[in-house]
Amino acid sequence: MLLPATVYILALVGLPFLIAIVYSVTDVTVGDTSLDFVGLDNFRRIIKTPQFQRALSNTLFFAIVSQVLIVVLATALAELLSRDFRGKRVVWFLIILPWATPIALGTVAWLWLLDSQFSPIDWVLRSVNLLGPGTLLGPEDHMVFLGREGLAMASVIMVHVWRLLPLAAVIVLAGLTTIPRDILDQAEVDGAGFWRILFRIKIPLIFPIISIAILFGLILTFGDMAVVFVLTRGGPIYYTQVLPTWAYFVGIEGGSLAEGAAIALFLFPLLLAVAILVLRSSRRMEIS
Amino acid sequence: MAVVETRDIKKYFGEVRAVDGVDLSTHDGEFLVLLGPSGCGKTTLLRIIAGLEQPTAGEVLLGGEVVNGLPPRARKIAMVFQSYALYPHMSVFDNIAFPLKAHGVSKEARKTKVGWATSILGIEKLLERKPRELSGGEKQRVALARALVREPSVFLLDEPLSNLDAQLRASARDELQQLQRRTGITTIYVTHDQVEAMGMGDRIAVMYQGKIRQLGTPQEVYDEPADTFVATFLGSPPMNLIEREDRLVGFRPERFLPTEAIELHADLVSFSFAVTRVEYLGADRLVYGAVGDVSGDTKAVSRLPSTVTVPIQPGDSYDFAVQTADLKFFDKVTGLRTGPRPF
Amino acid sequence: MRTVSFKRPAKRAGLYGVAAFFSFFAAAPILWMIITAFKGDWDLYRSRGSPFLFNKYPTVGNEPSPVVDSPTLENLRLLFFETNFTTFLWNSLAVGVLVVVITLIISIPAAYSLARLTGRWGERSGITIFLVYLIPPTLLFIPLFRIVVYLGLNDTLWSMVVVYPTLTIPFCTWLLSGFFKSIPKDLEEAAMVDGYSRLMAFLKVVMPLSLPGVIAVVVFTFSLTLHEFIYALTFVSSSAHRTVSVGVPTELIRGDVFFWQSLVAAAAIVAIPVAIVYSFLLDRLVAGFTMGAVKG
Repeated sequence: MLLPATVYILALVGLPFLIAIVYSVTDVTVGDTSLDFVGLDNFRRIIKTPQFQRALSNTLFFAIVSQVLIVVLATALAELLSRDFRGKRVVWFLIILPWATPIALGTVAWLWLLDSQFSPIDWVLRSVNLLGPGTLLGPEDHMVFLGREGLAMASVIMVHVWRLLPLAAVIVLAGLTTIPRDILDQAEVDGAGFWRILFRIKIPLIFPIISIAILFGLILTFGDMAVVFVLTRGGPIYYTQVLPTWAYFVGIEGGSLAEGAAIALFLFPLLLAVAILVLRSSRRMEIS
Repeated sequence: MAVVETRDIKKYFGEVRAVDGVDLSTHDGEFLVLLGPSGCGKTTLLRIIAGLEQPTAGEVLLGGEVVNGLPPRARKIAMVFQSYALYPHMSVFDNIAFPLKAHGVSKEARKTKVGWATSILGIEKLLERKPRELSGGEKQRVALARALVREPSVFLLDEPLSNLDAQLRASARDELQQLQRRTGITTIYVTHDQVEAMGMGDRIAVMYQGKIRQLGTPQEVYDEPADTFVATFLGSPPMNLIEREDRLVGFRPERFLPTEAIELHADLVSFSFAVTRVEYLGADRLVYGAVGDVSGDTKAVSRLPSTVTVPIQPGDSYDFAVQTADLKFFDKVTGLRTGPRPF
Repeated sequence: MRTVSFKRPAKRAGLYGVAAFFSFFAAAPILWMIITAFKGDWDLYRSRGSPFLFNKYPTVGNEPSPVVDSPTLENLRLLFFETNFTTFLWNSLAVGVLVVVITLIISIPAAYSLARLTGRWGERSGITIFLVYLIPPTLLFIPLFRIVVYLGLNDTLWSMVVVYPTLTIPFCTWLLSGFFKSIPKDLEEAAMVDGYSRLMAFLKVVMPLSLPGVIAVVVFTFSLTLHEFIYALTFVSSSAHRTVSVGVPTELIRGDVFFWQSLVAAAAIVAIPVAIVYSFLLDRLVAGFTMGAVKG
């Protein structure tokens, strides 16, 4: 009964994966589809380019920072949603909205929210006197979120956190609901306060599920380029370029299929190592 | 040490009255058992005393102070749950040290105290183990050590023996009682097992439908039940109840004997007992049957110790009797105990 | 000793504070989208007023306003009648439903046989499945495009219907196998002793108990197809076969000209009903993740 699934995955993941590997060691381009073996030349060449190096460091920074934020916020959100309070359904509905928005459309909306001229966020900052001449955020009238090195990366991370938070919270919440109530009551009787229960009891107990959430987040961060693609297209300059978008620009827009495949493939061992690390450490955590 | 007192505690879950006006007061250093069938509200009452639930109405006093609204950690109580609730990711040492850590006890003092608690319970060798590597009995000791280590003024125990097998349970009962005697910590112990209650409690509070039906020593609740619920809940088999005019008359199966086996023949009330079944249990015989009654036959049980050798066969009728002093009278409508009446 | 009688309301306030923070972070962009969907161009670009309110074009006397004034239905008219928006919606729905069906048909038997595999094999394959995800779509879509062309599916809805399950099957198989593992074998065996065939025992006993898992799988699969962008962009070139996530941006971003109000209107129109459905399924969704991912 495993057969249909195996065949499906082999045909539509395994085969293209092999083709991609073959591409990466040839000189195939959109114009010239003949496959001439060139060994690891593509890898050697791309590694040397500053764009690639920048994209690699951006990818790591983006992945790590957004994952840390997502895990912290998702834990807080799950902690909230594990309680009963009036209006919880409404809160549920509001929080799930980003996950229900097709990501390309959601990101287009953020594009305007972060616009260099019309950003409603700028307007809010101005109206509470945080932005503009003689204020905390500086003399300009606009933040130009997507046009400055640090802010552009921060914006990309924020939108990414915005769209992944609901899913991560649901996963962490699922973990929280498995903790037996007796254990939590016991901790309370033993004199532990909110933070001690959170850090010494809840988080260690749900660590395996948190690591699954992290793994998922990493996969989506490394694999899905929609946010960067729509929001900044890697810009300004290369400040937010990440490997998936760089692979797309080189491979498709630049027409160099082989180099694009090499860039995209570069992620694979990295991702594999991280995944094995995460899965290992989560298996070492034991819940009886 | 402290006295626990509840004043008219009520807890409603929607329409359900889990606890319905409980006034209870322990003595200092007492072993008090809350006994009742499942769903009678005993665990809810315990959780209210612990501070894990807020009562709908009423007051909880610990050592004479009202503690309503205080979180559990401010109450100087320790609790052992039915599941033991050991933290699965911590070693035995860390489990026992957890309450101390939470109360800011220094590392040195923690070591000393954990050593003290584990030596009392004889689990010094388990300190490095994780809970999943422990047997049921060991888990229970670790949970007790964790409760003990803070030197609480009150122990709250929620059916701590129900996960042990029968053999272990007997010895655990003994140890638990000894521990309580030695430490002199006021203890409230919740159970549905009357053997545990009778064997361990200084006093027993019998609960039913959210109310305490009777509070008394094991002897009092067994020999002088306050109503028909207490009378039939305690004792195995339970008290026989037969209808006589406007009242119910009860007598214990072990007091219901063949007339010829009773030495003292004064003040006897005789019944014709139509035997339907005899169970031979070794030390006892249980004789099931029906006694003749104005309103027809009523089922009754007799428990004959093996010293009574009168032969009894199913299908026959025998002369059985109860001493008048052993008859208890209850109101037919309310079920409450009434004074002795001529039979 | 501290009394907590006044601490409880404070705790309550803290809880609502946190709830408000998260709700605001998640939903404020959507709220802004809804307002903006009804704004006229002047209000969006020229007015210095609040972006969260409708600002009227300042008129003198009885002069008719020279612009489309806020609030207006013009943006919605543009979206519904001058783009293929309704077609995109139908396409998204059709692709979503078909992918859900294919995913279930393939994942359920695979998950079941994984769950009943004993020993190390079962455990290992569970993890191996996960590794399929590590191959990024950015790497796959170029060769996949060739395969799609080879199969003659390019520029059809079927290209997405066929390819998307590769994104969903591994996760769904893993989640469902966790679920099936948590259901005791005894139950099935009891049903088989009672005279059901293995298949019927599975359908009558295991499946109903796995409903939360199936719901989690359905929600996960559907939202993935709704979000998917790269494959949809690559495989389909004609407007009539596009899904919402690609069709709307390609039609409403014409070169440098963004039809902002219609774009965000489209986002809100999709997000709100989908979020309503999800929020009703959430308890089961959480239960599905709990049983499938945590306990299994």
